[in-house]
Amino acid sequence: MLNVGKIEEGFVLDHIKAGKSLEIYHHLKLDKLDCTVAIIKNARSNKIGKKDILKVECDINTLNLDILAFIDHNITVNVIKDGEIVDKKELVLPREIHNVIRCKNPRCITSIEQELPHIFVLADEEKEIYRCKYCEEKAGNSSTW
Amino acid sequence: MRHLMNPLDFSVEELDRLFDLAGRIEADPAKYAHACEGKKLATCFYEPSTRTRLSFEAAMLNLGGQVLGFSDAASSSASKGESVSDTIRIVSCYADICAMRHPKEGAPMVAAERSGIPVINAGDGGHQHPTQTLTDLLTIRSLKGKLGGFTIGLCGDLKFGRTVHSLINALIRYPDIRFIFISPPELKVPDYITDMLTEKNIPYEEVIRLEDCMPELDLLYMTRVQRERFFNEEDYVRLKDFYILDKAKLSAAREDMLILHPLPRVNEISVEVDDDPRAVYFKQAQYGVYVRMALILTLLGIEE
Repeated sequence: MLNVGKIEEGFVLDHIKAGKSLEIYHHLKLDKLDCTVAIIKNARSNKIGKKDILKVECDINTLNLDILAFIDHNITVNVIKDGEIVDKKELVLPREIHNVIRCKNPRCITSIEQELPHIFVLADEEKEIYRCKYCEEKAGNSSTW
Repeated sequence: MRHLMNPLDFSVEELDRLFDLAGRIEADPAKYAHACEGKKLATCFYEPSTRTRLSFEAAMLNLGGQVLGFSDAASSSASKGESVSDTIRIVSCYADICAMRHPKEGAPMVAAERSGIPVINAGDGGHQHPTQTLTDLLTIRSLKGKLGGFTIGLCGDLKFGRTVHSLINALIRYPDIRFIFISPPELKVPDYITDMLTEKNIPYEEVIRLEDCMPELDLLYMTRVQRERFFNEEDYVRLKDFYILDKAKLSAAREDMLILHPLPRVNEISVEVDDDPRAVYFKQAQYGVYVRMALILTLLGIEE
């Protein structure tokens, strides 16, 4: 059994679907942050069998976690301060997502316009449907960058 | 600053005001003959279009304004690789309002985001063509005296037909409308539309033959089966003549039914129907000019 120590301040993202932690690492732009990050893959979970966990030691105000709700709203976000869990964040679907999903419609202006961001807008909150801001193409499951 | 990207950008009340203005223009065009003097409309057409571009230009000229622009991408700086964002920034320095047609979906929205002047989407690929929808609504309102309280048959290519989808979305905002979709199974209206109608409790039927529903219709909206929507020629040839409206089929229709068509027609309406008083598709083109005049005046803030 692998042991990773406690963090003083930051986030523990638990119950990440096994294999998804690296994708989340990139979407949260953790590679750009000068902080300690532990990526734990395929940990045993009573709840979901196998899971990934991300531990990020950082100022809790520096990370925008909205994108997590889009990727998987079953992720548990524990907020850590002074080594203790002080909050469990509720994930809310973001209204807009920038450059996370790529529009797959070959007729969309995003396919040719220079440096145009790929923006997806929450079109149906209940069904969790996002559509391209420009061509209104529905976001597919495999369209993340 | 307002733009027009989607027919639903305007509320029902705003559309009422727009159509009232179009009605005043129709009643007294001379009153508006100088309303846009000193103003310029840029028509940025990245793909060829006869009716839409000429309709916009006629609208601006009728208002006493001037027009400039290009009519295909080859004669624009797009052929040198200029982006839509850069082009609109330049056009904003030359004109007061812009009508843009582009084969890529969402291009007019990119323009609107970067523009210093109002932008009208004059058709973006298979996505939106809002001024066609406004034209359809104004034609119905002017000739029927109301929007709502009727049965409308939509016939032809209901799968790919952009004008049909936009018209359905615009009409469901009005009360007491029943849709009858007339198409071959291959060109049925998409599920997301019928699902949406079911969810909103809006009555609709799907029929195969035009004759099956003709006597029930207050309005018949015909569409072209477009060659470019098919992957193979065989399917196109098999389907294109499926739904031809001729005098014989029309004999079962009500005396006050109206026949609309976004044009161009290929052969889905026989020319023998053209002289029937119920055939209003050429009048529709005239209403297209009135609604574009009203739109230009509204977006320029000259008159509401």
